[in-house]
Amino acid sequence: MSAAALRKALIVALGAVLAVFAGLSFHAGRFLKEPVVAGPGVARVATLGEYFAPIKGTANDANVYILEGPKPGGTFLVLGGSHPEEPAGRLTTWLLAENAVLEQGRLIVLNSANRSASTVTRPSGAYPASYAIKTAWGEQTFRMGDRWSNPLDQWPDPEVYIHYPSKQNLAYMDIRNLNRDWPGRPNGTLTEKTCYALVQLINKESVDVVIDLHEAELQYPVISTIVAHPKGLDTAAMASMTLTDEEFKIGMEKSPAELRGLSHREIGDFTKAVPLLFESPEPFLDATRGRTDARLLLEGKDDFVVRAGKRGLLFEKIDEKGWPIDVRVGRHCSTLIQILSVWSSDHADKAVVMTGVPKYAEIIKQGVGAYLHDPAKADPKKVFFE
Amino acid sequence: MIITWLYYLLVAYAVVLMVWNLIRSRKWQEEVLYVVVLLPFVLRLLRLK
Repeated sequence: MSAAALRKALIVALGAVLAVFAGLSFHAGRFLKEPVVAGPGVARVATLGEYFAPIKGTANDANVYILEGPKPGGTFLVLGGSHPEEPAGRLTTWLLAENAVLEQGRLIVLNSANRSASTVTRPSGAYPASYAIKTAWGEQTFRMGDRWSNPLDQWPDPEVYIHYPSKQNLAYMDIRNLNRDWPGRPNGTLTEKTCYALVQLINKESVDVVIDLHEAELQYPVISTIVAHPKGLDTAAMASMTLTDEEFKIGMEKSPAELRGLSHREIGDFTKAVPLLFESPEPFLDATRGRTDARLLLEGKDDFVVRAGKRGLLFEKIDEKGWPIDVRVGRHCSTLIQILSVWSSDHADKAVVMTGVPKYAEIIKQGVGAYLHDPAKADPKKVFFE
Repeated sequence: MIITWLYYLLVAYAVVLMVWNLIRSRKWQEEVLYVVVLLPFVLRLLRLK
């Protein structure tokens, strides 16, 4: 072999090593299995494809955990993972599916509303592929995910995304954004079909209230709040006032009629359900952040975001303590518990009474990991994978 | 679906061009460059991203 050929072979071999490492990271991000130990309240686990056949077998054929109480009542649907890069939403659904017990009514939980988006990270974002939550039995690893469906599942994007049915022009990539595609359409893209399937679920299961769990950057004005469709303003306002008085400050905002495709607008307009969207603060999403790693995602501490706050550039306070994941999940859990309480007081015939889910102070004290169950010690029939 | 297949054909064509240039190259700096540029194209063909 000539010297030139040997040199080329060496360079190609080094490139192959890099390709293997990169490929393994991408593969792990796409195919990492996330166990869910179905809790005592789970009566049945369906899949989204059961509500709309074209979703069956696709990346978005998500598990649907149906929790049912002994007494009839109303039905709540909780969506985690509309934007998987906002992990407090998904982790909250884990706590619900693994711990909640219904005394009255039903709770339906999706941990991966847009499962496809949980299998990819943002191009050029230097996102970690995954993150781990510490538990008493070890660590549980979750996919990092992104805001948009994986282009491997839905491609190409149009030049301009024209929302159906409003015909409003939206950013091209938002055709892969689950929270811009509501109410969806049966012959649309994968993300539009997913929204359509969720609407079928809402109608078939006679859902009364839909909770869509999100997080927001501190530079975004819609933060630490409950965004409510006009049908849910009373419930959201009462919950907001009670939580601010008893646990933590949280606002309430009316869903704007002009901004289309969002869950808190379209679900309310196109179904009988009342949609509410929760936002907690996530410094990881801020444009002025420093190193974008799992530590920032889970601890929510960033010197650059703190400096932005000191210059009055933020819509939420932040200090050296940051916004840890326990605080953010605690906010979502307590907000849901409060919404359930207010709703049940106002709608006795449609009450939903839930126990077993920790509140804000308890989660901060014990940590999210204290409420995740060891799949290795669980009955295999109770273990499902996201 | 047709656009997706055309896309993968274009990616494969780019890979063939770069491998051809890599073989013909006489400068090690260019060879390193071709290999580095090849990486995302190869991963794309393997549907890893």
